Amino acid sequence: MSSEPAVAPAPAGGEPNHLRRFLTLWLVASVIAMPLVIIFLGPLFGPSTGSEEAAGQQTIMTVLAAVATPVFMLVMLYLLYALLFFRQPRGAALEGPAVRGDPRLQTTWIVITTLIVLGLAAYGTYELEVHYGHGSGSGPNPLTAPSGPRLPVQVIAQQWLFTYRYPTMGDFETTQLVLPVNKTIEFQVTSLDVIHSFWAYKLGVKADANPGVSNIAFVKPTKLMSFWVRCAELCGLWHGEMTGRGRVVSPAAFIAWAHRQQRMLAPATKVLPKYSKTYIPEPAGRAE
Amino acid sequence: MSVMAKKVIGVALAVAVVGVALALYVADWATTFPPTVAASANPLSAGGGTRLTLETVGAVGHKYGSKPDWVSYLVRSNGQWVHSTIYKVPAHSVVHVTIYQFDSASGLRNPLFSQVQGTVGNTMTLNGKTVVSIPPEEPGHSFAIPELGVYVPLAGVNEEAKGFCEEGPCSPATQLHNTITFSFRTGKPGRYRWQCFVPCGAGFLNGNGGPMQTLGYMDGFIDVV
Amino acid sequence: MSSTETPKPTPSAAQAASPKPLWRKLVGFNLLTAVILGVGGYYLGWWIGHQISSPTFAYESSTDENDVALLLGYAGGVIGFLIGMGFANYPVARLLGRPASLREKESEGIGRYFGLCTDHKVVGMQYLVGIGVFFFVGGANAMMIRAELLHDVPTILGPGQYLTTVGIHGTMMMGMMTSGILGPFANYFVPIMIGARRMAFPRIESLTFWLLMAAGFILVSTIFFGGFPTGWTGYQPLNDQAVAGMDSYICFFALVGLSMTLLGLNMIATVVTMRAPGMTWSRLPIFVWAVIGTAILMVLAAPTLIAALLMSSLDRSINTSFYIVGGGGSSYLFQNLFWFFGHPEVYILALPGFGIVLELIPVFARKPLWGYKLAVSGMLGVCLLSFFVWQHHLFVSGINADLRPFYMLSTELISIPTGFIFLCFMGTLWKGKISLTVPMLFCGAWAFNFLIGGTSGVVLSDVATDTQLHGSFFVMAHFHYTIMGGLIFSFFAAIYYWVPKMTGLRFNETLAKWHFWLMFLAFNSTFLPLFALGIMGMPRRVSAYEPNLVPLNTWVSISAFVLGFSMLIFIVNAVYSMIFARIPAEANPWHSKSIEWQLPTPIPVNNFDKIPVFDSDPYPYGTPLPVGGSQAAAAGA
Repeated sequence: MSSEPAVAPAPAGGEPNHLRRFLTLWLVASVIAMPLVIIFLGPLFGPSTGSEEAAGQQTIMTVLAAVATPVFMLVMLYLLYALLFFRQPRGAALEGPAVRGDPRLQTTWIVITTLIVLGLAAYGTYELEVHYGHGSGSGPNPLTAPSGPRLPVQVIAQQWLFTYRYPTMGDFETTQLVLPVNKTIEFQVTSLDVIHSFWAYKLGVKADANPGVSNIAFVKPTKLMSFWVRCAELCGLWHGEMTGRGRVVSPAAFIAWAHRQQRMLAPATKVLPKYSKTYIPEPAGRAE
Repeated sequence: MSVMAKKVIGVALAVAVVGVALALYVADWATTFPPTVAASANPLSAGGGTRLTLETVGAVGHKYGSKPDWVSYLVRSNGQWVHSTIYKVPAHSVVHVTIYQFDSASGLRNPLFSQVQGTVGNTMTLNGKTVVSIPPEEPGHSFAIPELGVYVPLAGVNEEAKGFCEEGPCSPATQLHNTITFSFRTGKPGRYRWQCFVPCGAGFLNGNGGPMQTLGYMDGFIDVV
Repeated sequence: MSSTETPKPTPSAAQAASPKPLWRKLVGFNLLTAVILGVGGYYLGWWIGHQISSPTFAYESSTDENDVALLLGYAGGVIGFLIGMGFANYPVARLLGRPASLREKESEGIGRYFGLCTDHKVVGMQYLVGIGVFFFVGGANAMMIRAELLHDVPTILGPGQYLTTVGIHGTMMMGMMTSGILGPFANYFVPIMIGARRMAFPRIESLTFWLLMAAGFILVSTIFFGGFPTGWTGYQPLNDQAVAGMDSYICFFALVGLSMTLLGLNMIATVVTMRAPGMTWSRLPIFVWAVIGTAILMVLAAPTLIAALLMSSLDRSINTSFYIVGGGGSSYLFQNLFWFFGHPEVYILALPGFGIVLELIPVFARKPLWGYKLAVSGMLGVCLLSFFVWQHHLFVSGINADLRPFYMLSTELISIPTGFIFLCFMGTLWKGKISLTVPMLFCGAWAFNFLIGGTSGVVLSDVATDTQLHGSFFVMAHFHYTIMGGLIFSFFAAIYYWVPKMTGLRFNETLAKWHFWLMFLAFNSTFLPLFALGIMGMPRRVSAYEPNLVPLNTWVSISAFVLGFSMLIFIVNAVYSMIFARIPAEANPWHSKSIEWQLPTPIPVNNFDKIPVFDSDPYPYGTPLPVGGSQAAAAGA
């Protein structure tokens, strides 16, 4: 603190220079912790290999954790330091110095925290828009969309199952989710009844399903794998059981699968309503 | 101890007793499940495995508790119709299901479920005839175990016709119904949920409230053991 | 104003002459009458509802649900309850031109705690016990939830009952703990701290308490009506689909919203108009500033909730379509209205915690509050910004994509004023002489927990990471760290700090320390793994989850049971110390220089013999620096 040099040195024994001690402690701890966080904690932040979006999410989380580490260390170490070194000696009733503030320190703090925050916000916005929403449900009119061919997969959420409609592959609807690897998928997520949320963990995709709205999320799977899908918005009795498995397969296997589904589901496909972005339940839908 | 202190202690004790009683009541409410009914053995001549006999009714009736007007499944156990939706079946075996459908048609919200999926042969028999799907406006209910991929639509009956069952339990011998049979295979042990996919909760939004969201009516568990 | 006991308001049998028989004491406007009239009012409302809606809505026969009847029943019950409590007496007396009493029950002995009392200290005590009871109800629900989550499929609780339990836990905690600090401690101490004899609206103050008690009772009654499946957020259209128990939730939150609005109004009016001479804005204790910030949030945000819930109740009972897409409404409307309230709501929970901690640590570090003006800007900054961030709850719900960068920025910005609070906390402790009393321990734990909670909020504020974490246990960990780790720890700090003043009795120190350490360690053991569970993909509000998460959930559940046990230690301490042992506390055990500790115990009904005159800053601690010391110290920035 700036009051340090002006206060007369302690009468006996010499009070340690707390500021220097603490700052050193903090600097050392941060320098050690940051790489540890990046190297060891980072890979734990979610699945990273399933899609570009998932990989990006892990990177961003690692960056945020790394930036948060020195801030976190500062306060946490300070707490420990204060509780260890600024104690009332047993049985004493001493008072501390009556310091009420320090404009320079306060200004520095305000400026630094503001810069960190603005930086994080800019970084977050950039990452979000450059990656076309980063796997999030971006509404019916996303701000940015990937160029090039996209495979539309309509995710129809209902109580309590996700079904998937492939309008460009024969317009069939199925309970299985199969995706071709390395192709850009456009999920169009909508609901037939209440609010659900389509969450494909390993793909890094989450998009709420609202009735009457088509919520679009882009993803590019990059690995052959099976992944689970869960509902992430409380939708009633079986919300926790509204789960399923999806698969990412090679493009050839995908086309073969699509043909098989078309054949097997022909009776159901004949009676499906025409493909539409939303399927509004009958008006009011209450009285029978 | 002063009189005041005695009064306060007395009140505190009374409060504690009432609190414990309330806690027990709430715990009882929270842990109530419908009874588990085991599927009965199916004679080898009929295909072995186990047999589950169910019926779906348009109004469960006053015999079965607090919601007499709600649609419900009932299960046959020891010659009686029991109000439960938790069924116990063996693992790695075939379960033969017969469902007597007494309710009128409400129609499917999602016509995908008009096609039979996940059963042995991907078919069911409807009143004796083998079918793979029925028109989507015909089901009164459906039986689906999503974790096993089983989806079976259950055709509705004409509620104006003679013999329509007004309230459960309904009798297959005397009242108007459709008989649906199918079989499915079980795998690993576990607790699998099942539900109806027809919006048959009359009067609730989207038809999905009330009995559609209450264990014991249109939702239940298949306990594979 | 006389400093001796005020004359009795009603000319009932003079106590000096002969003691009243028990039945005379029971008749009158009190809790018993209120309960009786409440039950009667419920049945009256129910009956009226049946007359209105049975013949007209045919669908009812198939659903067995009559929402109109239940809503009117609850309304009738609350009105009957309030009339029985005596809240109609003053307006009716004025209407009829009769003289109305300005004070109720202020000299009545233990009975004043069970009725409408205009003494703000009594209301504070009522709040402490009343909220405490419902806090434990919410906590018991949490124990049930964690018991169920020991298993990865629904085992102990039926899935429907599990959702209701989750709903009651969240709703009860959010509804009750919003007034968790303002109710007991602001009501009790703000008038004293500003040198006033009472609150601006004493009757309304009591009303806010009894509304909350009625609301809590209504919420737990949901189990008689089928429970509710939406969790505390009450999202439409699931809300519309639900059975009658949903109406309990709606009524609860509407009453809580009303209570909050009135409480905030009362606080603002009191602090603005009733400060004693010399109590300028820059001399207000920081706790009072926190109360003002919270009160502003309450007054502006809670009415939105009431409106949203009113529309919900109309959708449910008479088939309007505010939130129903098929009828022309939108599910987004509810989400936005709810979170427009919901986000300020969480700052209503956080700000009093800031206030308590910054109020207490000068006492225990024997230093003045460092950075008073910065702390005030922090409080008010949080208050202002909290209205501009609510869409971060809706990042993946399909809102207009243009909005997301703005809300990402505003959400990140709110960490700046929050940082001020931490800086002031640290500055106050710098070179202090800290005594690790139990309240100080809780303040230290607050800092530890809120830091973790706040940092995790930054991760959630980034849309890309929020995509993976929204709706998962990571969010649960985040808000439990900030709300429970922050608010509840500061709630206990305030209890251990102020209850010796409020009751004149001391807590058992050993039990208190056991309570703290067990609670702190168990709390972190319970909620830290939840971050991991969220990152591993476990969604919220589920009783079925991936089997590989069973070990971690088991650890969390066991820690949660230990946490619950630590609360039992507190109850034992409270009951033992306050009812059985009754050891008198020292007059000023913390050697605090705050005004409430300079008054006799119990504090007289009118607080002061003479209105005090304030002439120094509220934290006259610390040895002044020697002449020639730092300019900054003298400047007191």
